[in-house]
Amino acid sequence: MAEPAKSRSEAAPAPPTWPDEIYRVLKDAGIRQVAMVPDAGHSRLIRAFEADPETRVVTLTTEEEGVAMLAGAWLGGERGVLLLQSSGVGNCINMLSLPVICHMPLLMIVTMRGDWGEFNPWQIPMGQGTRPSLEAMGVIVNKVDEPHLVASAVQGAANLAFNTWKPVAVLIGQRVLGAKNFKELAGK
Amino acid sequence: MNNPNALLHRRDVVNELLRDRADLLVIAGLGAPNWDVSAAGDHPNNFPLWGAMGGASMIGLGLALAQPKRKVLVITGDGEMLMNVGSLATIAVEAPKNLAIAVLDNERFGETGMQKTPTASGVDLSAIATACGIRTSRIVRTMAEVTELRELAHAGRGTVFAQIKVDPEALVFVMPPADGVILTTRFRQSVLGDEALFN
Repeated sequence: MAEPAKSRSEAAPAPPTWPDEIYRVLKDAGIRQVAMVPDAGHSRLIRAFEADPETRVVTLTTEEEGVAMLAGAWLGGERGVLLLQSSGVGNCINMLSLPVICHMPLLMIVTMRGDWGEFNPWQIPMGQGTRPSLEAMGVIVNKVDEPHLVASAVQGAANLAFNTWKPVAVLIGQRVLGAKNFKELAGK
Repeated sequence: MNNPNALLHRRDVVNELLRDRADLLVIAGLGAPNWDVSAAGDHPNNFPLWGAMGGASMIGLGLALAQPKRKVLVITGDGEMLMNVGSLATIAVEAPKNLAIAVLDNERFGETGMQKTPTASGVDLSAIATACGIRTSRIVRTMAEVTELRELAHAGRGTVFAQIKVDPEALVFVMPPADGVILTTRFRQSVLGDEALFN
């Protein structure tokens, strides 16, 4: 009896529209450099930027490289965005001194782990530490937990960052992204 | 007679790299490289770091990508480069033609008591850069090679990396402005024009 229901749920659900919406918002904000350590939650947005000849997508070995790179972009008159997972926020902490003390804009879009519905205990410390660490460094944080609010959160963050020369982070919660279930992935 | 094995003096090296600098854009890593670049002359096209250890090369990358017609020279230290050596992989992949990275390698953490860095034990940064894919990568030991490096940095024909062996001498500090807003604003005004003040 459960089989038909399962088949229906496996029929590809419509992809979320918020990645396409924030691609458009970021284009309108004049983003030219995209620095990132990939996260599954950002994959659709990354593909959109990779297909865009106007943007340079740079894959980093650690997220703090992106903080420095986007400071250089600003010095040269270009705007960028840093795409990262919440665990990568921890890698950025000291480098955030740079945009904070130099009054440079920095736009970070952080996909959350260790948040709503998390099942991997190792994700909890940094996931729960993401907002307080960013705020301790002087980054303005806005968390969004509803898909229809993601685009406006990113638009507001971009305006705030580039008009007031502040580091700003949008945290996209697991309610939006969907929590992974490794037990399902392991076929149990 | 000159000792052919004598180590280079870091300020001679920097003075040569910045000779007739034209519109060269310079990022200086924190500590002695900052003081060396400042000793060669304060300049609005310098962005000298007072912190952000490990970030100098990546600031250079973002700047080089944003200003493809300008030449960007990063002058930093071995400790600073080692802190984020992964950025050499990132930079090698992007391969900006207009970026040169000059590491003043005194094999020491100079600001903290001259403790040895891994390069003192033979870690070869230029080989790391080569292995990452930066084809013009070398160890520099003579002033003639420094002059060659200067030409490469000014020519902008490909990403350049150099590990310059220098004397672990402690020199008088020559400091640029410390206010990051001043450093950022004057750099942007110089590179982008007065328009940058209204953004």
